[in-house]
Amino acid sequence: MAGAASALFLLDIKGRVLVWRDYRGDVSATQAERFFTKLIEKEGDPQSQDPVVYDNGVTYMFIQHSNVYLMTATRQNCNAASLLFFLHRVVDVFKHYFEELEEESLRDNFVVVYELLDEIMDFGYPQYTEAKILSEFIKTDAYRMEVTQRPPMAVTNAVSWRSEGINYKKNEVFLDVVESVNILVNSNGQIIRSDVVGALKMRTYLSGMPECKLGLNDRVLLEAQGRATKGKAIDLEDIKFHQCVRLARFENDRTISFIPPDGSFDLMTYRLSTQVKPLIWVEAQVEKHSRSRVEIMVKARSQFKERSTATNVEIAVPVPADASSPNVRTSMGSAAYAPENDALMWKIRSFPGGKEYMLRAEFTLPSITNEEATPERKAPIRVKFEIPYFTVSGIQVRYLKIIEKSGYQALPWVRYITMAGEYELRLI
Amino acid sequence: MSGHDSKYFSTTKKGEIPELKEELNSQYKDKRKDAVKKVIAAMTVGKDVSSLFTDVVNCMQTENLELKKLVYLYLINYAKSQPDLAILAVNTFVKDSQDPNPLIRALAVRTMGCIRVDKITEYLCDPLQRCLKDDDPYVRKTAAICVAKLYDINAELVEDRGFLESLKDLISDNNPMVVANAVAALAEIQENSTRPIFEITSHTLSKLLTALNECTEWGQVFILDALSRYKAADAREAENIVERVTPRLQHANCAVVLSAVKMILQQMELITSTDVVRNLCKKMAPPLVTLLSAEPEIQYVALRNINLIVQRRPTILAHEIKVFFCKYNDPIYVKMEKLEIMIKLASDRNIDQVLLEFKEYATEVDVDFVRKAVRAIGRCAIKLERAAERCISVLLELIKIKVNYVVQEAIIVIKDIFRRYPNTYESIIATLCESLDTLDEPEAKASMIWIIGEYAERIDNADELLESFLESFPEEPPQVQLQLLTATVKLFLKKPTEGPQQMIQVVLNNATVETDNPDLRDRAYIYWRLLSTDPEAAKDVVLAEKPVISDDSNQLDPSLLDELLANIATLSSVYHKPPDTFVTRVKTATQRTEDDDYPDGNETGYAESPANAADGGASPPTSSSSVPYGAARQPAPAPAAPAPAAPVPDLLGDLIGLDNNAIVPADEPATSSGPPLPILLPASTGQGLQISAQLAGQDGQIFYSLLFENNSQITLDGFMIQFNKNSFGLAAAGPLQVPPLAPGASTRTLLPMVLFQNMSAGPPSSLLQVAVKNNQQPVWYFNDKILLHVFFTDDGRMERTSFLETWRSLPDSNEVLKEFPGIMVSSAEATLDQLAATNMFFIAKRKHANQDVFYFSAKIPRGIPFLIELTTVIGNPGVKCAIKTPNPEMAPLFFEAIETLLKA
Repeated sequence: MAGAASALFLLDIKGRVLVWRDYRGDVSATQAERFFTKLIEKEGDPQSQDPVVYDNGVTYMFIQHSNVYLMTATRQNCNAASLLFFLHRVVDVFKHYFEELEEESLRDNFVVVYELLDEIMDFGYPQYTEAKILSEFIKTDAYRMEVTQRPPMAVTNAVSWRSEGINYKKNEVFLDVVESVNILVNSNGQIIRSDVVGALKMRTYLSGMPECKLGLNDRVLLEAQGRATKGKAIDLEDIKFHQCVRLARFENDRTISFIPPDGSFDLMTYRLSTQVKPLIWVEAQVEKHSRSRVEIMVKARSQFKERSTATNVEIAVPVPADASSPNVRTSMGSAAYAPENDALMWKIRSFPGGKEYMLRAEFTLPSITNEEATPERKAPIRVKFEIPYFTVSGIQVRYLKIIEKSGYQALPWVRYITMAGEYELRLI
Repeated sequence: MSGHDSKYFSTTKKGEIPELKEELNSQYKDKRKDAVKKVIAAMTVGKDVSSLFTDVVNCMQTENLELKKLVYLYLINYAKSQPDLAILAVNTFVKDSQDPNPLIRALAVRTMGCIRVDKITEYLCDPLQRCLKDDDPYVRKTAAICVAKLYDINAELVEDRGFLESLKDLISDNNPMVVANAVAALAEIQENSTRPIFEITSHTLSKLLTALNECTEWGQVFILDALSRYKAADAREAENIVERVTPRLQHANCAVVLSAVKMILQQMELITSTDVVRNLCKKMAPPLVTLLSAEPEIQYVALRNINLIVQRRPTILAHEIKVFFCKYNDPIYVKMEKLEIMIKLASDRNIDQVLLEFKEYATEVDVDFVRKAVRAIGRCAIKLERAAERCISVLLELIKIKVNYVVQEAIIVIKDIFRRYPNTYESIIATLCESLDTLDEPEAKASMIWIIGEYAERIDNADELLESFLESFPEEPPQVQLQLLTATVKLFLKKPTEGPQQMIQVVLNNATVETDNPDLRDRAYIYWRLLSTDPEAAKDVVLAEKPVISDDSNQLDPSLLDELLANIATLSSVYHKPPDTFVTRVKTATQRTEDDDYPDGNETGYAESPANAADGGASPPTSSSSVPYGAARQPAPAPAAPAPAAPVPDLLGDLIGLDNNAIVPADEPATSSGPPLPILLPASTGQGLQISAQLAGQDGQIFYSLLFENNSQITLDGFMIQFNKNSFGLAAAGPLQVPPLAPGASTRTLLPMVLFQNMSAGPPSSLLQVAVKNNQQPVWYFNDKILLHVFFTDDGRMERTSFLETWRSLPDSNEVLKEFPGIMVSSAEATLDQLAATNMFFIAKRKHANQDVFYFSAKIPRGIPFLIELTTVIGNPGVKCAIKTPNPEMAPLFFEAIETLLKA
């Protein structure tokens, strides 16, 4: 079962090695580079490639971030999930350090990159990826002091995500409840899949080592406490917690207790797979008049309560790739043809509940068509929106208790927002 | 916090290296630091800066942590190329390992463990011992991993110096990170040892499960992975374990979740209560589903694992099929895996929805995905009897769209559906026949032809349809030819009229005389004999009822599935292959110099290329030889017609126009010189090709002496050879020179060999695995034995004094003894001559009682000497052989060799 990475590579967009760290001395950079450049060349689009590839005794696993590939090489049967997840974490660490992770920032900071590669992984085993704490003892030039006397306690502590001695004048916590609605509607207008993925995003500015306790209108908890639920409680299907939350405690009595990291993090994510009524329903009718003209009629309807308002609504309606000379009219908002996406982008700044808007567009098509043509990619209608002060699930933060031994009062601020996630409606 | 390090990459006009050297020796701290950064920058872009070794090492003693780290990094990269100079760094390392700053102490052990130079390793032991007991957990956690590093370099040292015990003590450390790293190190050491080192008792188990709550996410993965090997004593213990692991399913790190799932699944096997099992399944489903909201790469790993999990526990995700529906923007590799799972979860209850999805996918643009979607429909039809009709109607709808590759794929799966439900859906054949002209892929063509042949009696114009294919028979790929042959025979048996009779004449003629494909020819002859002997029997055979097929594609064998489930989250579970099929541990202590890695690097004296050491995996050469198949065709030899078993009857009397004289190629004995070689690939296994071979040494060069005999009916050419990794790294020094072998011909060749090319890890073994291929046959694999005496070099002679000195200097543990009771030395002189001829040099002889004691020396490449003592009574059976060598693990090989030599 044991297994670890042999080396970690940071490669440019063509697959050439920018920086690499050899952890075990059993793979070579030439071999890896030769393999990977060939892979990219051959496939053109690495998106189509399995992220786990075997070549000549070595397994390569890679992810891409802007113009950089991060790749591990190994000869053992190592934990693939762990290493791939680790690569994503490495991206987070680099982003924390350099704001953007790209070829240039790696070159500009290669000394720190080497230092980080030495610290986050040892002998191919992931060690420590808390960017905030790392930056306390691995610093970029501008912040470098002569000698750091010791690693921050947090590196090896049970509370590995928070340093001691943090001090704020004003102790505040911001809690954003963000729900994304994923929906898939087939061409018959049937909802074939819908779920809600929620996240409790926290930003903490708290002094010392605060103990926090979060109360939600979680049905299991409320029932366990024997409280009347009055239909306000909700069932959360799968909850995932940040590592600061005591999982054993949650398992025992559903209490969410934790010492938070400093700054922003996702305290928990959850999922609901109950059927949701699509918040914004879009119907499109495509009519081909003769061979050279296509007419598209789109109806968008908001299906939530009138007191809420969706903002920044963006509806992408696919149009044929060879369409031209658009002629568009809308009853609300503005629409623009985006030929690079083969789509018509309809933007509505503000879309109150219970309203219906229309769009009518006409395109000309080339009159000559290729008989042999393979079918066109059938893109779905994609919708983006945000609805502030509203959650689909009805989740509520009942309380957030913050107790610190110095006894300060901290102010929690809670916001709710619902957004469109993968929101797709297939065309007929 | 952006840096400006890129300035260090700029080069100056003056020679770079001398300038850097000057700067490294500057009296100003800052200048030295900048210079080291420039050196590292040069190293990063692949320039060779190993010549600055001493100058860089001189900068090592510094208070500046950043500078120190850079120098250490340099050392990791170049110490191997400058092992003698690397020793200069030892003092600083040892000193740093006692620095008051724990960061520096940890850095020193961490770096020393990465430098795979023996001289440094020796000095690592004391600092490591100290650091394992350091006050600071940061140092201890680094030291724990360092033990695994040391074990990788020198396992004996780790065992002798008691590091394993120290490491085991760390499992009880009060710091969770230290515990986690100790577990990781121990698990790795256990993996590479045959002795039980890290045994998980129920006590350790409970301790580690407690540590789980406090570990970093990565540490939790180490612990869960190590604990999944634990076998609970009974159902109750299993339940307890599961109870303590389940909270991990709520962790945000998906690796923690998957490792927890692995552990739960392992323990579930022991749990007998169906309620508990059902409950656990219910608990595992949501976390598995949530993994599909992770990054696509993680989704991929998750999907490959879910594929395994649903094979063992289909109920877990039985109601969740919708989450596997493909999203528009899913990467193609995710879509492909989702499709696979959709097929597995498809049931009578959800099939309508699933079919709608498949139909949607079948009209997408990615050809591979579309094909897979069409196949998926077919597989659902085979799996779900009640849904078969609906599946077929979807397939027919797709055929109507007339997209070429969709049609072809649909026909392939419809053939399978016909096999599964015979005599049920033949009404659609007419629709299929409409697309006949558009078929251009072998598999689709072959499928269509199969359908026509199978249902020839129901298709009015079956003969016309088949005939249209016959014109191009010689150009068709083998797959299609075989189907055409069979279909024509079926047609003929079902409609023995004139048309089909002519057709079969053409086909049989084509398939026997005109072809050089043995499979096709063999099948044609079988049919031909069948038809000519007993047409009724032919009917029974050819038109026999076929067994009904089932959809077991992609179903894994239960024992393999067990093994893969024990490996959830690992590469093994991604590949769906057991670990030993892809794990290639190369124990090269090779640390490359950067110039090996980049084409623009300078030359150094360091010759051994790591790529070579790592190259040459187990696979035989895959690139086919440059001779294209067609060009290699020889006029086909007259086929050996079968001896007539009965007089040729009516139907096929003179149909073929061949006379029935059996033409048997004269089986000439191989006329070649030299002693007979052992047969390694008998003709019976090699489809007529026989290979005999042996290793031989000649004038200090090693050859592989090979004899090829072609007893097959066709000319074989384009021979190639490949050796698997072996203990001596034996590999061919050049290409195999074998001329095309006509049937009955044989040839002998000497293949020059080189040593140390593709070394295998592990204890020395005499096994030599060889693969030989040619253009006509599949790849042949056979095993040979490496006899050590082939390697004895001619500089192995030792003076008496040096022999004695060496003998004394080697510890007694290096002496190995073996008796050969069955061997007799009848003449001392002849034996000595014979041994001398193989470079085993006689040194002295003495009498001991009635026994003669002979002393010899020999040497194998890389300067490994053997000191040999042979004791025997001349003329009486029984020889005792004692040897002393710095490499006693070679002794068994030596004894094999000496036994062969003395027996000869």
